[in-house]
Amino acid sequence: MASALINVPAKAKRGDIIEIKTLMSHIMETGYRHTATGEVVPRDIITSFTCRFNGAEIFRADLFPAISANPFITFFTTVTQSGKFEFEWIGDKGFSETASASITVE
Amino acid sequence: MRSFGAITAALLVAGAVGATEIPQAERRSGYSFMKPDTRAIQDEDTANPGMLWVLDGEALWKRKSGATEKACADCHGDARTSMKGVAARYPAFDKATGRPIDLEQRINSCRSNHQQATPLPFESRELLALTAFVARQSQGVPIETGADPQLAPFIAKGRELYMQRQGQLNLGCTNCHDDNWDKRLAGSAITQGHPTGYPLYRLEWQSLGSLQRRLRACITGIRAQAYDYGAPELVELELYLMGRARGMALEAPAVRP
Repeated sequence: MASALINVPAKAKRGDIIEIKTLMSHIMETGYRHTATGEVVPRDIITSFTCRFNGAEIFRADLFPAISANPFITFFTTVTQSGKFEFEWIGDKGFSETASASITVE
Repeated sequence: MRSFGAITAALLVAGAVGATEIPQAERRSGYSFMKPDTRAIQDEDTANPGMLWVLDGEALWKRKSGATEKACADCHGDARTSMKGVAARYPAFDKATGRPIDLEQRINSCRSNHQQATPLPFESRELLALTAFVARQSQGVPIETGADPQLAPFIAKGRELYMQRQGQLNLGCTNCHDDNWDKRLAGSAITQGHPTGYPLYRLEWQSLGSLQRRLRACITGIRAQAYDYGAPELVELELYLMGRARGMALEAPAVRP
């Protein structure tokens, strides 16, 4: 089943500022809701998002219950060389997803 | 007494035409009522969360299912060509039942009859995914629903329901979506109610949802008893609304606030 949508430009000029957009499929259940019978719906959220470029961490975010389902995270970075972006989402109940995208710098 | 009768008759006529239909040239998709930020989510496939369902639907399209061990793709082939324009014609007349059925019901009827698989529940991830995948192939195609003459009596019933005042608030669909679409309700834009983007991702739902879900929410909003999923009344209403939007471009999977 589809889990991530990634938007990284395929090409860029050296020193360009590029925008990276990521969308991860997740229900982001807050843990504050109750069922009709009064039981708490257990929290089930993504807690951490990390982006590495050629192995080095360039962006990290902690996520909390107030963030809506299917979190859309975008950020900017400067590119100096060709390489691979690796994305990692970690969350409750052992949730762990990865995705990657390559960029060619001219 | 005769003049009283005449006044009553005049009022009845006025009541019937009181709701003014939106001129063709003034029809607007719900998209045009949205803020630029929300439009941006719909405009880009990698930002539109509805695409998660479309991708799921693509996987399901190719997955073998049911007693016949057939996948949708085994009969219909590449959806990009075989399903192009299909969603723009639904709800359509179903010969077997002699009634209009919507795209979800068509998928389920295909599952029961040709795959011999169990029908998928309304609003289930799988059914929404398959519907979104099929509808996506018609993105940009003008809506053609209602061309089949056999649909005429059902369109008329749908229109009747659309005009009918009901619920504790005693409102019909037309009272908002024809008469007051240029105004706001509790800060939100009242749209013209053209179902151009279903199934669509509502930020309020944090999920994809069908037109039937939207209609049920609207009916509950006027404090009337909502029809069950799959009820003939809902399908007739869907049919009328799609016919009313004929010629407008399909946007599925759309994003709405």
